[in-house]
Amino acid sequence: MNFSRNLALKYSVFSLARNAFSHHERWPEAWRSPDPKAEYDVIIVGAGGHGLATAYYLAKEHGISNVAVVEKGWLGGGNTGRNTTIVRSNYLLDANARFYEFSLKLWEGLSRDLNFNLMFSQRGVINLAHSDPQLDAYARRGNAMRLNGIDAELLSREEIQRRVPLLDCSRKARFPITGGLLQPRGGVARHDAVAWGFARAADARGVDIIQNCEVTGIHKQGNRVTGVETTRGYIGARKIGLAVAGNSSRLAAMAGVTLPIESHVLQAMVTEPLKPVLHTVVTSGASHLYISQTDKGEILMGGDLDGYNSYAQRGNLPLIEHVIQAAVSLFPFLSRTRLMRTWGGVMDMTMDGSPIIGKLPVEGLYMNGGWCYGGFKATPGSGWVFAWTLAKDQPHELNAAFNLDRFHSGWLLDEKGAGATPGAH
Amino acid sequence: MLLIECPYCGARAQIEFTYGGDATLSRPGDLSAVETKEWLDFVYLRENPRGPHIEWWHHSAGCRRWFKVRRDTLSHEISATGTPDSNLGSGSV
Ligand SMILES: Cc1cc2nc3c(=O)[nH]c(=O)nc-3n(C[C@H](O)[C@H](O)[C@H](O)COP(=O)(O)OP(=O)(O)OC[C@H]3O[C@@H](n4cnc5c(N)ncnc54)[C@H](O)[C@@H]3O)c2cc1C
Ligand SMILES: [Zn+2]
Repeated sequence: MNFSRNLALKYSVFSLARNAFSHHERWPEAWRSPDPKAEYDVIIVGAGGHGLATAYYLAKEHGISNVAVVEKGWLGGGNTGRNTTIVRSNYLLDANARFYEFSLKLWEGLSRDLNFNLMFSQRGVINLAHSDPQLDAYARRGNAMRLNGIDAELLSREEIQRRVPLLDCSRKARFPITGGLLQPRGGVARHDAVAWGFARAADARGVDIIQNCEVTGIHKQGNRVTGVETTRGYIGARKIGLAVAGNSSRLAAMAGVTLPIESHVLQAMVTEPLKPVLHTVVTSGASHLYISQTDKGEILMGGDLDGYNSYAQRGNLPLIEHVIQAAVSLFPFLSRTRLMRTWGGVMDMTMDGSPIIGKLPVEGLYMNGGWCYGGFKATPGSGWVFAWTLAKDQPHELNAAFNLDRFHSGWLLDEKGAGATPGAH
Repeated sequence: MLLIECPYCGARAQIEFTYGGDATLSRPGDLSAVETKEWLDFVYLRENPRGPHIEWWHHSAGCRRWFKVRRDTLSHEISATGTPDSNLGSGSV
């Protein structure tokens, strides 16, 4: 059993060749599908990238492997499998910069660590400036990043044109470009692979991944959790970690906790595949667009939230039209490309735009959520610090600032300075 | 596209409107008498229900008046709209 789990699943050019002879029909399952045990040391709710990474690091870094990850659908079917996969650490505030840079460093060794090709591609992330004040703000952000040891380069309009030839950098563009900020080590990764890689590696260390099992209640004795009620029966737990993204408010409410979060739908879309035309990630805050080209050739685009509370995992056409208008104004060649698919995911938008990773005011209950638009890039870092917090019953210094108390103590982490407007972050 | 019935103008397309969030929150009264916690709860905490939600919308590209909408956050179906003083029930059932 251990042999088959630990060794046979090492993917290599030899196993690929061997399995080609059997028409790829005899690959062993990458993880088990066990029935839940009566009780676990830790139950993680939600088998997205964050929940799976947490379980993996609990087993790997802290030797805690009597762990279940309980998922209402299939693993990686939430935002992990719906996002535009941008990975970066170009933050202004110290707490955010240090945490996301820690996560980016984990990304850089992750395919090797998990023995799973995450197709992590550091092709650079360019934020476009469309006015002189915006360029000044980017210069300030770039300086702040460098002070935190993060790579950042301020680009002129000419330099951007050289790197992104099909971008309309002319003076007559709808929103003329004045320059931009580049993080060369930013990039993209294959989202499904991240869920699968962590799932396989956690399973190999003894973690039970239980899919099609929705948590419907949280049991408490006094103010301490004792287990979860699920669609597959009661499961006992000494500690419970929530990693349910857009459903954070619902799970916290099961334990009587109200969060500073609103759930909103965020959409994304792809065009038909094209030859390689766009070699970096480009974002434009002013025109509400981020855009990249997938390894399959599709142009992948996203923009703002639809703008009203939603748990629907699908959105409406006005937002899609808005994103496409922005894309065509920046990349005129796109007007002749056909749109292939659109989809949406439910975002857990906090009141200051930063995540919450820490203890909740119920003994044994912890949460990892409030990821807003940007939790994919946090996946390894978030799993790492959340595992630490669960194992040691206290936050690591990297997530100490992401506590729930900050909304009542005044230590907000409002990267944009947008105030208590969840849709604005 | 949502079709939203403004109580003053009738049914119009979603793009004429701006969203204003949870309409069941009540602003704490006399500031000097209110505990800071109560005030912070009002500013930051949200029930955020999955299901019926009573919310503010502004007819920003129309009559420019605020009104209430009862909308399901899972299906997006709008079951009622009304003037600001109307009682559309509670958000979560
Ligand atoms: C369109 C879009 C674009 C995005 N673009 C980016 C980007 O470019 N870069 C970036 O960094 N981030 C991006 N994000 C955000 C990012 O996807 C998320 O922050 C991140 O994937 C969250 O991971 P997670 O594991 O916490 O959540 P998820 O992957 O959503 O996992 C949560 C899981 O919990 C499960 N669950 C919920 N309720 C229950 C229950 N009651 N019982 C059991 N299980 C439950 C869900 O089924 C789900 O599988 C984007 C998101 C969207 C929707
Ligand atoms: Zn009107």
